[in-house]
Amino acid sequence: MYYIEMHGHMVSRTTDDYREMAMAGCVAISEPAFWAGWDRQSADSFEDYFRQLTEFEPKRAAQFFIRHASWLCLNPKEGEDRRLTAQVLKRIPKFLDRPSVVGIGEIGMNRVTRNEVDTFTDHVRLALDYNQMMLIHTPHLEDKYKGTRVTIDNLLKFRNLEPRRVLIDHAEEHTIGMILEQGFYTGLTLYPNTKVSLARAVDMIEKYGPDRITISSACDWGPSVPTAVPQLMLEMRRRGHSEELIRKLVFENPLEFLMQSGKFELPRLGIPKALSHTAPGA
Amino acid sequence: MNNQGLCPLTTSQIIDEYFIENRTRILDLAAYLDRLMRSADGQPASGDFRMQAFRQALQILSSDEPNKIDHIQLVFSDPTVELKPQLDTKSASGAWNPAQEVQ
Repeated sequence: MYYIEMHGHMVSRTTDDYREMAMAGCVAISEPAFWAGWDRQSADSFEDYFRQLTEFEPKRAAQFFIRHASWLCLNPKEGEDRRLTAQVLKRIPKFLDRPSVVGIGEIGMNRVTRNEVDTFTDHVRLALDYNQMMLIHTPHLEDKYKGTRVTIDNLLKFRNLEPRRVLIDHAEEHTIGMILEQGFYTGLTLYPNTKVSLARAVDMIEKYGPDRITISSACDWGPSVPTAVPQLMLEMRRRGHSEELIRKLVFENPLEFLMQSGKFELPRLGIPKALSHTAPGA
Repeated sequence: MNNQGLCPLTTSQIIDEYFIENRTRILDLAAYLDRLMRSADGQPASGDFRMQAFRQALQILSSDEPNKIDHIQLVFSDPTVELKPQLDTKSASGAWNPAQEVQ
């Protein structure tokens, strides 16, 4: 079965990982800008990273017939630095017309500080000013509940924001309901220890239904599994769920979401770019 | 919220399919608690805010109430909405520390 990896930090992965993912059915990867594991020192450093995301990774992915899409921002882990944020935000617009860029992300909060909220708000304004979609990170562990609440409260202050063009990621049992209730897309992240297990992800799908839910591995430089999404497919089959339901979650939902960018396409599968930012069948 | 019928498997199928791996998880939990009692310094773990939340979670786990996971998630969560004045640390610790909020 074909699938779309909705959140993979491929700059941290090997070319062999791309091949393994392709062999498991991956036809596209959406890669949000991320923290390098240490704080970058200048806007120039970010600009190099944005070039890597928009020039080098699409080429690496294409070797395995995978469509690579990217999201640009200064990551929440670096959001406390307001001076650097201002400098990086000025650099982002010139990259937004690149063919693989589908929006602003992954923005959001880490420890839910005042500066992080200001940095998040600046990114939301940038996205709206340039008619960009958004992919939003929610904090980990004890900060997730508070961070998700603060994120949604801040988003709802923007009257011209379309919730279905925003994906609030890394949902768990105590946050998925509040995200879906407001009309946003969400993501379940199959990541060891700090996020969601295969069984818990399927539990949430059973409880909340499949609409506007996407699945990802969030594979990065930490212990993580690039082929976690196909593992979820197996878990769903183990539960007795239909192939139709599995396909909706791992392919159709992320496709519908990404096509709202007006840039995303899968020509090998006969799926052209959407003419407007409204998804087909939406 | 009544969730009955949302999982396609019957009760006996769920037990058959998932019992062994969850038995293993219970044993891992027990071994973890025993390991704390064999610590090099012999300090009780009960004073640590993370282990206090852990104990609360275990109580919910052994109760008959529904939606255990939702409740346990909230036990570990920061329930406040006040923004931190500045970044304290890059990484979360796994449980909310009420004492830190008072400082």
